[in-house]
Parts: sequence; C-alpha cells; structure tokens
Amino acid sequence: MHGFANPARFLRLARWLTPVLLLAGAVLAAASLGWGLFGAPADRLQGESVRILYIHVPAAWLGMGGWSAIAVASFTEIVWRHPLAAIAARAVALPGAFYTALCLVTGSLWGRPAWGTWWVWDGRLTSMLVLLFLYMGYIALADAADRDGGEPSRIPAVFGLVGAVNIPVIHYSVLWWNSLHQPPSITMGKSAMAPAFLWPLLIATIGFSLLFGGVVLARMRAILANAQAEARLRRKAAAA
Amino acid sequence: MNTPIKAKHQRLVLVLLALVALIGAALLATWALRNQASYFYVPSDMKANPPSPTRAVRLGGMVERGSMKTAADGVTVAFVVEDGKARIPVRFSGIRPELFVEGSGVVAEGHLGADGTFVADNLLAKHDEKYVPRELKDMTAAQKRKAVAETQ
Repeated sequence: MHGFANPARFLRLARWLTPVLLLAGAVLAAASLGWGLFGAPADRLQGESVRILYIHVPAAWLGMGGWSAIAVASFTEIVWRHPLAAIAARAVALPGAFYTALCLVTGSLWGRPAWGTWWVWDGRLTSMLVLLFLYMGYIALADAADRDGGEPSRIPAVFGLVGAVNIPVIHYSVLWWNSLHQPPSITMGKSAMAPAFLWPLLIATIGFSLLFGGVVLARMRAILANAQAEARLRRKAAAA
Repeated sequence: MNTPIKAKHQRLVLVLLALVALIGAALLATWALRNQASYFYVPSDMKANPPSPTRAVRLGGMVERGSMKTAADGVTVAFVVEDGKARIPVRFSGIRPELFVEGSGVVAEGHLGADGTFVADNLLAKHDEKYVPRELKDMTAAQKRKAVAETQ
C-alpha cells in the first residue's frame, strides 16, 4: 500500500496502465453495447426498451462506486495523509458525477414508456439525484479549497466521508420504503434476470468500469503534472 | 507534542468515532422517515387507516388476476389492487401505461371514495425485478420453470 502512495512510483505504473485500461474498456463497452442493442432479446413486458439496461445499470453502479472510492480515499487522506489519496478523490469526482447523470437520464427515458412517467419523487430516484448534487458540491468545494494553493485542505475529505451516508440509503431505498423503482434484480449469488440479459450486462459493467479507471488515472496524472508545473514556476519566481 | 505515529493513531480513532456517530445519526433519520418516505400505501395500510376522500394519495400493489374489466366506453377500467392481505377496487379513465397488466404491479394516484372504491387520476406501472426474454412467454409451464430455475 505504502509503495503506491509514492507519486513517482505511481506515475511509472499509471503511464502504461492508463492507455491499457482505456483501450480495453472501450473495446468491451462497445462490444457489449453492440450485443445488447442487436444480439440480446427483447423483454416480455418492456419490449425493446429493456436495452437501455446496458447503460443504465453500469452507470448506476459506477456512480455509487465512484463515491465509495471518494470515501475510502478521504478516509486514507485524513488518517494517513497519503499525498495521492487527495488527488485520487478529486480525480474520481467528475467521472462519478458523469455516470450518475447518465444513470438519471437513461432511467428517465426508460421510465416514460415503462412506468408512464419521466420522473417520480420516490426513495430511489430522489436519493440518486441527491448523489448527483453531492458530486457537484464536492467538485465545487475541492476547487475552492485548492484555489489558494499551499497545503491541501482536508475539508473536501470530510465532505466525502459524510456524503458516503447516502450510498447505503440509495441501495436500501427500494427495500426500506415502497418505491416505484423495482428492487435489485441481482443480489448475492442470485439473479432474477435471464442469462440472455445478464451476460451482456456483465461485459458492459466490466467495460465501463475499465473506462472509469482509465479516466481516473489520466486525471490523476494531469493533477500531478499541474502541481509539478506550479511548483517549478514558484521556484523560478523565488530565484528571480 | 506526540510522536507522528501516535498522531496517526489518534486521527484513526477520532475518524472512526465520527463515522460511528454519523452512521447512528443516519440510521435514526431513516428510521424516522420509514413511513413518510414511502411512495405509496399498500391496500392493507389503506384498509387500516382510510385516508379522507378529499386527500390525494397513492395506492400501490398487484393487479389481481381476472379482476380487470373495461367499461363500454372503452377508456374506463375497473380492477382490484391487492397485497395478499387486503384488496381495494380501483376505477380509472384514461391512457394506461404499456406495462399495466393483470398480475403485475401498479401505483394509482387519486383518492379513496366514500364507498371504498379508489378513483385514480393517473396510473403508473411498476416493473418488478424479473427480466424475461419475449421467447419465454410462449413456453410451456415446465420449460418456463426450467428456464427460471437456471437464472436463480
């Protein structure tokens, strides 16, 4: 663990891992979407609209997974002061917000034909919208905290930890409260989803996750390069 | 001043304590919300505490098989919503969502009439967690059981 907290070692690893993740993710995501859109069957009730599943479900998982990563990184940052933890959390925020928004938009498009409405204020939809607002708040807070330069602020990390409370609320919203959104189809070792839907969904999830990982690594490298450039400028200004 | 190792452990304990307090607060909040945050009442809730006929409420449950009747005007349907414990008759005129079928979930928005019939202004179909290909629909019961057993 401590070895990877070293920025130089991290950069050596990230330099070749970034394109590998992006390429593998793009290939798998494209293949699974092709399979889902043209190969997989239509659903008995939903008909063709079931195909939105292959974007909606990976987007939902990665939106929630993104905040879980922010929470773990924030915990690491607060307790062990790892220099890379703060950078990782900031790098995850934007793609996490993107996937959350994608989940809300695709869900809304599916809801119109399936439920008969674009949007309802039930527990699941509302808590997912709250997650999008949390991401926006985190991005704004981290931006504001980093603006003055110097020591990185711990305030975004505290926000990242507190916001993690919403993740189990999203997951259990369909079990605790009556909601319009259906309960999970896939739970520990069980699936109420026919294998014909499950396989392309699995590949799509792996593909979108690899893309997510690649984007996060690329963003971490950019943040590190930016900090280096700024430090160099500061040294030059001090010498002059 | 503590040594750095001690400071690290102190932070760990403090953050863990804060997390325990946070999770406790969240559990209390969701516990307090357990009734208010529900999107609809199920028939047994509505039978136990009938809402006033002037109050707009939502009724959710399963459409009882064999209960759906279309009136002569073609747009009015009457059906029964049940949750296994209670059943409430519902009347609705208007466009029904595609997924609205007997034996499937529904959320009706409207009010409970004085005669015990729920008059709906809007219907929302509730999809369940089961995803079944269209081909399965035409299978025999035995084939279906086998296919479903494979997914579990």
